[in-house]
Amino acid sequence: MKIEISFILNGSEVSVGIDGHLRLIDVLRGPLGQTGTKEGCGEGECGACTVIIDGRAVNSCLYPALEVEGKSVTTIEGLRAPKNELSVIQQAFVEQGAIQCGFCTPGMILSAKALLDSNPNPSEEDIRDALLGNLCRCTGYVQIVEAVKKATAQLKGKK
Amino acid sequence: MTDFNYIGKKTSRPDGSDKVAGKAHYIHDLQRPGMLYGKIKFSDHPHARIKHIDTSKAEGLTGVRAVITATSTPEIRIGFLRDNFALKKDKVRQYRDEVAAVAAIDPEIAEEAVDLIQVEYEPLPGVFSPHEAMKEGSPLIHETDAQGRARTDNMVPLKFHHESGDLKAGKNKAKSLVEGEYSTPMVQQCCMGTAGCIAEFDMSNNLTIWAKTQIPFLAQRDFNRALSDMGLPGKNTRVIVPTLGGGFGTGLDTHAYEYIAILLAFQTGCPVKIVYTRAEEFANLSPRQSSTTKIVQGCDRNGKLTFREVEVLQDNGAYTSWGATYPSVMMMPATSLYRVSNVYFNARLVYTNNTYCQAMRGYGNPEHTWALESNMDELAQEAGIDPFEFRIINRNQPNETTPMGLKVSTCGLKECLETVAGKLGWKKKPKKGKRTGKGMASLIHVGGGGRIYRSDASGLILKLDDFGNVNVYHGGVEMGQGLHSVLTLAIAEALGVRPEKVLINPTDTGTCPWDVGTHASRGAFMACNTAILAANKLRSQIFELAEELFPKEAEKNLKKFMKKNPDYKPPDFDVSKAAKRERFELRDGFVFIKEGPQEPWLRIELGRLLRAIHFRSQGQMLTTEVFYDPPNELPDFEKGFGNISATYAYGAQGAEVEVDTETGEVKILRMVAAHDVGRVLDPQGLKGQIYGALAQGVGYALYEKLESQQGKILNPNFRDYKIPTVQEMNFPIDLEFIETDDSYGPFGAKGVAEPGLVPTAPAIANAIYDAVGVRIRDLPITPEKILAALKQLKQIK
Repeated sequence: MKIEISFILNGSEVSVGIDGHLRLIDVLRGPLGQTGTKEGCGEGECGACTVIIDGRAVNSCLYPALEVEGKSVTTIEGLRAPKNELSVIQQAFVEQGAIQCGFCTPGMILSAKALLDSNPNPSEEDIRDALLGNLCRCTGYVQIVEAVKKATAQLKGKK
Repeated sequence: MTDFNYIGKKTSRPDGSDKVAGKAHYIHDLQRPGMLYGKIKFSDHPHARIKHIDTSKAEGLTGVRAVITATSTPEIRIGFLRDNFALKKDKVRQYRDEVAAVAAIDPEIAEEAVDLIQVEYEPLPGVFSPHEAMKEGSPLIHETDAQGRARTDNMVPLKFHHESGDLKAGKNKAKSLVEGEYSTPMVQQCCMGTAGCIAEFDMSNNLTIWAKTQIPFLAQRDFNRALSDMGLPGKNTRVIVPTLGGGFGTGLDTHAYEYIAILLAFQTGCPVKIVYTRAEEFANLSPRQSSTTKIVQGCDRNGKLTFREVEVLQDNGAYTSWGATYPSVMMMPATSLYRVSNVYFNARLVYTNNTYCQAMRGYGNPEHTWALESNMDELAQEAGIDPFEFRIINRNQPNETTPMGLKVSTCGLKECLETVAGKLGWKKKPKKGKRTGKGMASLIHVGGGGRIYRSDASGLILKLDDFGNVNVYHGGVEMGQGLHSVLTLAIAEALGVRPEKVLINPTDTGTCPWDVGTHASRGAFMACNTAILAANKLRSQIFELAEELFPKEAEKNLKKFMKKNPDYKPPDFDVSKAAKRERFELRDGFVFIKEGPQEPWLRIELGRLLRAIHFRSQGQMLTTEVFYDPPNELPDFEKGFGNISATYAYGAQGAEVEVDTETGEVKILRMVAAHDVGRVLDPQGLKGQIYGALAQGVGYALYEKLESQQGKILNPNFRDYKIPTVQEMNFPIDLEFIETDDSYGPFGAKGVAEPGLVPTAPAIANAIYDAVGVRIRDLPITPEKILAALKQLKQIK
């Protein structure tokens, strides 16, 4: 009944036996315990479940778990370093007050990370394009866009 | 201005790091050992008799642990008029009515089982608008009231009425007069985290419920009553509030799904979790009510308002939630936004077979301010006065009492209006050929609690430990708005410790003192007032005990210091003599003597002093509890009088828009928001509150409407129900905070949670009128409505 899948989760190889019809979000939140990935709508409309698969931001609620075989997945749990050190983007979100209820935050941060990983010098328009699929009801997005700009500047400074 | 250590300084919210790391745990993330999953069977009709429910197939499904209906469980009435039921027995009155429920070992089996439940209905004619429902001979939604008395019409038995002055005289005095009817749609709160709970009984039949609520203590009362209905009188409910994925009013009532989880948990003896899907949330969680407001206002030749007459009609839907009391808040702007005597206000609520409604941020104020501030612009035009000048002429002022009896303490409305006009370049004409325009609108809102219940209080417990930590127990709910940020700052400021030593515990009715609920923009106002009271009590206790213990600790310190610095000569200072309670100070976690020598050994770390207080014969631990009930009144809403809040928040917003006359599209070019917040407590959090509320106001103005046809929600998803994305919010927002330093406010602050969305829609509508000369009186202002109005305008011309 169960099908074994193997993939890289946050830098480590994982194997898990799953029912074939499951979505990636079910496997992440269920057997793998990665509850930082949030389900906001289950229809790919809100972006709360965003994860990064092979460098691309993806709605894990629309992604069949079987298709992740052999790929590399980054969830919000994979962003912080050991000993609870936050990544630059996460820290920027905290410092800019880009968080309220926090339910959209992991997805928002992963969309921002996928953008900055592929385009280290995004314009404000690029940032808004990258975050277009991530809904937030609390913040009005102002401080979120500011946080991504700040992270951009800091990451450039590091290089 | 007072010099603060932490208040008003840039800080990061205490839950920020956990939230960005995915470590905040919402109801969706919680599990209990042996937990079952509940699922609800909703009605297939908006109005029908339930003839028979067949649950046999569902019961036979492997993995199902319980199937319940109203006939197999005790009757539990819910809602503050008790006109609703956890499960419906004889008839359904709306599509979302709960007719049966299942508990199973996983969510998929639960869903399959629900689909196997067969319900036989006898459809009844439905009514889907207040006007239809008020017609004579219209089908009755409720044949009897909660007491079993026969009902003869569909009017909700709640009265909201106000009359003051002499309306006729006011009308006679008016030189200009404008009448208008303005309407607002049902809109959804759209919390990103959907609703849900886990219910669990212990072997004594006491209940623990993890609930997405804003009213843990009123919920405890409601659930205890349900336990009594279930044959468990005297049993208790412990309500624990997990991290909330937004609230916006959805947590102001207890909900049928919570009672169903309780019934399933009791039946199965297992914890039961129910979490709504997004489609369920849209279709089955109560939205903001739709309303129609008729308003007539007049002014004299100098532009002074001479009267205001308001009639509100609200579609209540099938049952009554606290949200039905929106008119209690509408009354506030109706009687008290701008100086006006001779006021008439009346609101009627009507049962229909539409989804029943509940609270949403602003609670009637956005609806009413939409009508009032649109009408103010129309009246200004009629009178030939600039809309900004017209507002300045009629503005509220400090220390006035309004027709409703609101006692205004501080009022920064004039400054707010002037800021908006200044920043918007009010007098500047738009460039030729551009269809751009500017508009503004004002607001009044409760800023010092809002007494709609017999107690408007909030308690706080501070427990100091051996390490100088301040463990905090507060009954208010952090739902993202930043309550715990300001509470942390207030405790740090008032007590004199560093913010990182303030540790806030989860909201739990078993450990926290009572609080009426986190609504009415009262969270920060209440929590910070309790913080000041509690801190003052603790400081007195610490300083009293320090009279004996401080000198001893200082002496030990001095000895150590001398060992390290053999040449040190201590100043000639008698510590024991100086160690008097009134001379102590506590700052940044150190106790020292005011105006004493600033020697390092004369600064005792708080934790050390607390250990000295603890570890001695007949030692003590310091814990303090305070309870703060603000100086406001429970108004008589049938007469429309009473000072509902200790202080009032004011504000104004302005918009500049461009209208495409070909497509009817509105583009917001920029917005200005100026708010009288009393005092800025947490600058970053405050900005977030206003930005976020304003975005909800933009959605209300231009995009959002829960479409309902014959009681059925047609757009239960984010594809068809559009909330603003980062692209719609792509315009500059200029924020300005007016600090009026209110004497009732903690550190001078007023509540700010709701004001940010109250004037947004009329400011945008007024700007649209300025741009293209069409007045849309029905929200949301869609391109279709603009095009239709432009067409009509052309025909008239």
